[in-house]
Amino acid sequence: MNGERGANKEALFVSGHRACHGCGLALAVRHILKATGPDVIVVTPTGCLETFSSPYGYSPWRVPWIHHLFENAPAVASGIAAALSAQKRNNVRVVVIGGDGSTFDIGFGALSGMLERGDDVLYICTDNGAYMNTGGQRSGATPTYSSTTTHPVGRKSMGKPQLKKDLPAIVADHGTPYVATASVAYLKDLRKKVEKAMTYHGPRYIQIDTPCPSGWGFSSELALEIGRLGVNCGLVPLFEMENGSLTRVRKIRKKLQVTEYLKAQSRFKHLLQEDGSEYLKELQEIADQNIAKYALITSS
Amino acid sequence: MRKVLTGNQAVAYGAMLSGVEVVAAYPITPQTTIIETLADMQAEGLGDFDYIRVESEHSAMAACIGASMGGVRTFTATSGQGLFLMHEMLHYASGARTPVVLANVNRAPAAPWNIWSDQTDSLSQRETGWIQLYCEGNQEVLDTTIMAFKIAEKLKLPAMVILDAFFLSHTSEPIEIPDKEAVKDFLPTYDPKDIWLDPDNPHTFGAIAMSDPYMELRWQIQRDMEIAKSVIAEVHEDFAHHFGRMYHQVEGYLAEDAEVLVICTGTAASTARVAVEALRAEGERAGLVKIKTFRPFPGEEIIGALKGKKKVAVIDRNFSPGAQGIWAQELRSVLCELSDQERPMVYGYIAGIGGCDISVKTIKEIYYKTLESHRPDDIDMWVGVRHV
Repeated sequence: MNGERGANKEALFVSGHRACHGCGLALAVRHILKATGPDVIVVTPTGCLETFSSPYGYSPWRVPWIHHLFENAPAVASGIAAALSAQKRNNVRVVVIGGDGSTFDIGFGALSGMLERGDDVLYICTDNGAYMNTGGQRSGATPTYSSTTTHPVGRKSMGKPQLKKDLPAIVADHGTPYVATASVAYLKDLRKKVEKAMTYHGPRYIQIDTPCPSGWGFSSELALEIGRLGVNCGLVPLFEMENGSLTRVRKIRKKLQVTEYLKAQSRFKHLLQEDGSEYLKELQEIADQNIAKYALITSS
Repeated sequence: MRKVLTGNQAVAYGAMLSGVEVVAAYPITPQTTIIETLADMQAEGLGDFDYIRVESEHSAMAACIGASMGGVRTFTATSGQGLFLMHEMLHYASGARTPVVLANVNRAPAAPWNIWSDQTDSLSQRETGWIQLYCEGNQEVLDTTIMAFKIAEKLKLPAMVILDAFFLSHTSEPIEIPDKEAVKDFLPTYDPKDIWLDPDNPHTFGAIAMSDPYMELRWQIQRDMEIAKSVIAEVHEDFAHHFGRMYHQVEGYLAEDAEVLVICTGTAASTARVAVEALRAEGERAGLVKIKTFRPFPGEEIIGALKGKKKVAVIDRNFSPGAQGIWAQELRSVLCELSDQERPMVYGYIAGIGGCDISVKTIKEIYYKTLESHRPDDIDMWVGVRHV
């Protein structure tokens, strides 16, 4: 490590990995580990993170890290937590960092089992809203009317017709003591949430919005800006739930219309054409419902 | 200590005495009483292990692999459909070189639904890189469970202990239970050496291996499977030295001077001992060869036992649709090495599917059919089935 300068010096997830330019996920991981510190074991299910961080013989990970299969990271994490308990290695904690495909879809059963058992695992879902590792297929986390390769826009299709699965609520309903959402656009807030999660024992869940330049269709220098637009239009609410109650939200100071967010990304560009207005209205309603549900705007 | 135990209880005693540290399990008939016995042991403070009540067999194996990577001795049990659900994880366990031990109580695959004994579940995992050890009786079940940990940990490969549904799992026999200290002497505490998850010495596991390193790592599994043959033999010797009971990968019974050999695995071997004795009383030169290990396949020992015999009758309680009985296929492939003069004719019989009984009468029928036949393709290989 001699001769390293700048950001790599203290980092537990260092540069040199193969993420795309402007990848929100890579940035999130770096800051997650900054907040957890070095005494963690990280489990990652199959997805972008595993692909860009692990060509055999090279590794940006300075914590023990294991990539497992697509659907089983929560169970692997439970096994590691049990091993740590059997060995009385109480200073070491287990963290899962997995994408939305593995978390919302294929690994959901294993996640539910882990939450229900109350295993001591911090589960972080880095949500880029589709199976980006394999080229952008639809997942349960894909936002409504987003175009994906398996639910593309066409003469008879406006993209994904369903709502995004409300996973934080489902996780909270398991009795999970700490549930939060965060965004790479607000890194200090993200780190604070991870730090707070580390003070809890038992299962904890943080869902991080990680804008994806290649999948969402925006220029790579805009990842944080896109993240901010998502939060400030109400489509990406940031909140914390402790022991089942909403305890804190990130307030929107200046509310943006969803169009501001959508028009910046090619996955939504069909909504801005002539026939898109009613769909835009629906998305605006979703954002407004979020604003009301989480009280994202302080009424003056 | 001598106690009357079912096969499933024998498995649980074997795991507990081996000082297992993490158990992850999900219920399925006919395995369930294994994990119930372990739960009782934990509840009564007989076993000091963590017990993860997972939500599926897939997660059971995932949790075992996670715990094993965390540096502890791990165990789970399953049957039939549960083993099929684990299939993806079975490949991962061997690829990650985790010495997980799994007890599989053989159960027939659905559909139609059937919970009875049939080896198709475990035998169809043959390419997953697991050591497979088949058991004839409950004492062998207990002893094999203990030995499986030692074999697996020496090789850093996972091991499966296999017993027949109901014929062993739910049948009681008097068993010698070894003293826990004596087992500890035979099987010291698990030492993961360099392969484990430790923040003081961080490693990256499960990386993407491009073709060249991938092939190299797969070759290492094959190399170690070859080494496994001698490791298993050493562990058998070592076990006999500690506990006075000797096991063999391939074992002959009245086989030396036999003209026709019956080849059996699992509980069918036990019945075949009686059948062979009865045939001897009728003046027949019948013999038995019991095979205990399926992976690695003990080719040299089999050749040693079968070379120069006229005919062998393999009894398969399993089959591969479109091909034949799985043990018979394996046997034929190793016997190919022999010259025409030395090579016995192999008769592959399918019997006992879905829990049908393989009785002394069945085995005698198979023997006489084989004796009287000129060529294996002349006769019906399915025994005890209505062709409707």
